Amino acid sequence: MSQPIVIGKRKSRFKELAQAAIPGGGNLDLCLTCSSCVNGCPASGISDMDPRKFLRMVLLGLDEEVLQTPWIWWCSMCQRCKRACPMGVDIGALVFMARQQWSRENTPKGIQKSCDLHLEFGNSTGIRREDWVSLCADLVEETRQQEEDWKDLPAPMDKKGAAYYLNQNAKEPTVEPEEMIPLWKILHEVGIDWTYSSEQWDAVNYCMFSGDDRDWEAVVRRQSEIVDDLGCKTLINTE
Amino acid sequence: MIDPSWNKEGIKVTCQDPCNLVRKGLGDGVADDLRFVIKQVVGEENFVDMWPNKSNNYCCGGGGGYLQSGFVEKRRAFGRIKFDQIQATDADIVVTPCHNCRSQITDIGQVYGGKYQAVHLWSLIVKAMVRKSTATPL
Repeated sequence: MSQPIVIGKRKSRFKELAQAAIPGGGNLDLCLTCSSCVNGCPASGISDMDPRKFLRMVLLGLDEEVLQTPWIWWCSMCQRCKRACPMGVDIGALVFMARQQWSRENTPKGIQKSCDLHLEFGNSTGIRREDWVSLCADLVEETRQQEEDWKDLPAPMDKKGAAYYLNQNAKEPTVEPEEMIPLWKILHEVGIDWTYSSEQWDAVNYCMFSGDDRDWEAVVRRQSEIVDDLGCKTLINTE
Repeated sequence: MIDPSWNKEGIKVTCQDPCNLVRKGLGDGVADDLRFVIKQVVGEENFVDMWPNKSNNYCCGGGGGYLQSGFVEKRRAFGRIKFDQIQATDADIVVTPCHNCRSQITDIGQVYGGKYQAVHLWSLIVKAMVRKSTATPL
C-alpha cells in the first residue's frame, strides 16, 4: 500500500531547474493525476514509488526526497509513461534530470565504470585495441577454414572509404564473440561495403545513463570523428 | 534469398520492441519492418505477437543502465511484466534486436522459469538465408 506524502517546511529548487531544462517548456504542471503513467509502468510500486508520485513530489517541492530516492535508477527511462499520459508529461526526462544531480561518486558504480572504460578504451568493457583486432581476425579466419560456403567472408578493420561504419555492443566480443559472425555473413551476402574501427567501436554509451552530459557527448563526438576519419558515409548502430 | 523452410517443426517466435528503437526512436514503422523480416524468416504462421506491442510495449528492464547498475532484485521485479507477456505468447524464441533486451530477457527467463530462448535478429536471419552463389540452404 502506497504511503501518503508528508510535507514539511522547505525551499524548492529542482522543479524550476527541471522546467527550464525539459524540452517543450517543462510541462510538469499539466499532470491531471489520472495515474495512466502508473498503470503502464513496470517500475511502479518498486520500493513505494511510481511515476505519478515522483512527479507530485517534484511539484510539491520535496527536493530532498526527490534527489535522494534511488528509484531514479530503478526507472529505465523507457518513456511508456509519457506515451500513456494524455498531457504528454515527460517523466522520463525528469528522472534523467534527477540523475544529473547525483554526484559522480554516488552514481551506481557499474554504470559509472562502464562509462569511464568507454572514455579510456573506446568501449564499455575495456577491451584493449590489439585484443579487439586479433579477436575479429581469428574469428573470421576460423569461419573461412571451417565453413566451405564462407571462404570469402571478410571482417574489415579500419578500412578507409568503406561505405558503412559498423559498431558492436561490447558485450558481444566479451561474452559471445561467435554471435558477431552471422551479422558479418548477412552484410557480405547483401554486398555491403563495411568496416569496424579498431579504436572506437562500441554501439552502447553508458555515459547516456550516468547523467553526465559531457561524458555522453565525448563518446558520441569521438565516434563521429572516427567515422569521418574513415570516410564512411553511414554509421550502422547495431544496438 | 530467404527460405523459412528450416522451421519445419513450427517453432513459435515472438519479438521484443526495444524502447530506444521503437517508442523512443523510429516509431511503429520500424516495429512493422521488424515483424515483416521475422515473418519472412520463420514463416508467417509461426510468428505470434505479444500484447501490448510496438510503441505500447513494456520495457524489459534491461535499459537505462539497469544491467550495469547492480540493482539485480529491482531489475528482475521490473522484468516480471515482460516475463508474463512472453509466457502468454507460448513462444519458443524471443527475437531481441537490442543486446540489453537480450541479456535481460534471458535472465528473467532463467529466474522465473521460462522455456524460451532469446536470440539476436541476425542469428535468425542467417538460418533462413540462401546464398546467391550456392543457392543451397546453409
